[in-house]
Amino acid sequence: MRYVINRIGFFILSLWAAITINFILPRMMPGNPADAMFAKFQGQLTTSALEAMKKAYGIGESSLWQQYVDYLRGLFSFDWGLSFMQYPTPVSSMIGSSLPWTIGLVGVATLISVFLGTALGVYISWKRKGFLDNTLPIVSMAFQALPYFWVALLFVFVFGFKLDWFPMSHGYDPAITPGFTSEYLLSVWNHAFLPGLTLLLGGLSGWIVGMRNNMIYTLGEDYVTFAEAKGVKTSRLMFSYAARNAILPQLTSFAIAIGNVVSGSILTEQVFSYPGIGNLLTDAVQSQDFPMIQSSFLLIAVAVLVANLIVDLLYSRLDPRIRTGGAN
Amino acid sequence: MQTNISPASQPSMEAPKGGNFRKIFRIFLPFFSNAKSTVGFIIFCIFVVIAIFAPIIAPYDPSAAIHVPNLSPTADHWFGTTNTGQDIYSQFIYSARSTMVVGFGAGILSTIIGLIFGVVGGYRGGLTDAILGFITNIFLVMPGLALMIVIQAYLTASSPYLTGLIIALTGWAWGARVFRAQTMTLANRDFILAAKMSGMSSFRIMVTQICPNMMSIIAGNIMFATLGAILAEAGLAFLGFEDINSISWGTMLYWASNNAALIRGAWWWFIPPGLGIGLVGLSLVLMNFAVDQITNPRLKVQKRRKNHGSKAARA
Repeated sequence: MRYVINRIGFFILSLWAAITINFILPRMMPGNPADAMFAKFQGQLTTSALEAMKKAYGIGESSLWQQYVDYLRGLFSFDWGLSFMQYPTPVSSMIGSSLPWTIGLVGVATLISVFLGTALGVYISWKRKGFLDNTLPIVSMAFQALPYFWVALLFVFVFGFKLDWFPMSHGYDPAITPGFTSEYLLSVWNHAFLPGLTLLLGGLSGWIVGMRNNMIYTLGEDYVTFAEAKGVKTSRLMFSYAARNAILPQLTSFAIAIGNVVSGSILTEQVFSYPGIGNLLTDAVQSQDFPMIQSSFLLIAVAVLVANLIVDLLYSRLDPRIRTGGAN
Repeated sequence: MQTNISPASQPSMEAPKGGNFRKIFRIFLPFFSNAKSTVGFIIFCIFVVIAIFAPIIAPYDPSAAIHVPNLSPTADHWFGTTNTGQDIYSQFIYSARSTMVVGFGAGILSTIIGLIFGVVGGYRGGLTDAILGFITNIFLVMPGLALMIVIQAYLTASSPYLTGLIIALTGWAWGARVFRAQTMTLANRDFILAAKMSGMSSFRIMVTQICPNMMSIIAGNIMFATLGAILAEAGLAFLGFEDINSISWGTMLYWASNNAALIRGAWWWFIPPGLGIGLVGLSLVLMNFAVDQITNPRLKVQKRRKNHGSKAARA
């Protein structure tokens, strides 16, 4: 129980840290971005919009503390301000419309890569010294070293441009009206295939090598040796004895990956002009849309933090050693 | 160097007290212990040479827009030219420089920060450890790329070196956690106790006793941090958050993709930079294989067990 309280406490503190970083950063930077922003938007926005912006950033009026309190209040009442790049659309509705794209694309790619990678990792550790065991870690290492957005560029070039198998950008064909028609869904699938494949390949190596190393580690434990000597069938040894324990560290990575679903595709989305949250953040930075930058960063951070909390709590259920605080 | 008892599990540290040359040779010896790390080391050396001698190797000024634009590869321009008439081959060569400097600068800096947080926390324990550990955990859970993008957004168009600094300041936490764990296992060993008895100050124990005994972990961390920094820098530059007039592989990719190199089929523009990043990264991963073999004895022991004596275990 103490462990659970401990983890929740850490979650709250780290959430506070993220929120505060988000508050302090724009106010701490040299050259005061808020001023630069005003200079930029002078004449572009209506006076009332400028007033609202001034208020949001508390220029020249309220104390820093008052600004902080206002900021927190706005945050928790989901009043995240209005976007500058698509004024006066509320930031929350823009995020709301791009979030499903990201979660759909990255979520599915992550799930596939976790299951495939873990299964392959078990298989490889099983067939040690086999063809796959010798080649796959090296191939996956090479993938780890490549910048995956560049791999995405290559895919766009080869499969999108040269072979013309898949569309090169966007989330769906703009000529088709969105809706639950087979035509639209097919278009979404076609557009998601290449970015999904990039994300899948980018993540796969980590899962394979991670699971393989965990398996090798647990296969060295005495209880596995004992079970082997006792004559336990190899398949049972692999799944019930070794893999069950080896999967624990994978679970941590899995939760972190789930948390990264929101942010994990910033580069890929940029390459494919995919209408997700990463693209929104990039666009926001390019057009100095500060409410949007702050909100999307906070969203990404909260996703990661919540995923971390979940894994910590889950871990204590799965690994009794942590709950009881024994065995170091 | 020092006269204490080194733990036996660290073969790289059992260097005999020979000449300086022998010592240096000993450090690099593990890189030649297997084919993977040898290949990695050679690729790495090639890029170091390219980075150092870039002005000699590159035929033209990388940013001078003086050539015929949009050329495909020719004898004069091996990788063709950009749409403004810059020589892509020269850009590629010069980019090795900024990438290596930024990568290693950020890698080493973040390892140093990680060492400070990890070793001090692990050695001191108690409240110090609780505070340092908390800060480490915060940085560990913060989404790195997003945080870097946000910082870049407020800084607007930073140089590659500033980017490297940001990468180091945001990405040290993983190393700190590893160092802390390792320090905690070392802190109760006899040779540390002996050093304490002999009246050595805590600071001196950390620097002269603990750090040298986890040299291989430090080396591994530097390599991974460098790889991460190179990829992060390339990513940020590709998104256009770095000064777009700087010369780096990421910036090259930014210009290539923004000038429709893909649709024009100008593969000579966007393939070399990515390949450069990939090769440097691969060399780091391969070299880390050597470090891994030393630091993780279990990987070795296992091979012996599973082979049932069919072949002698090789490192």
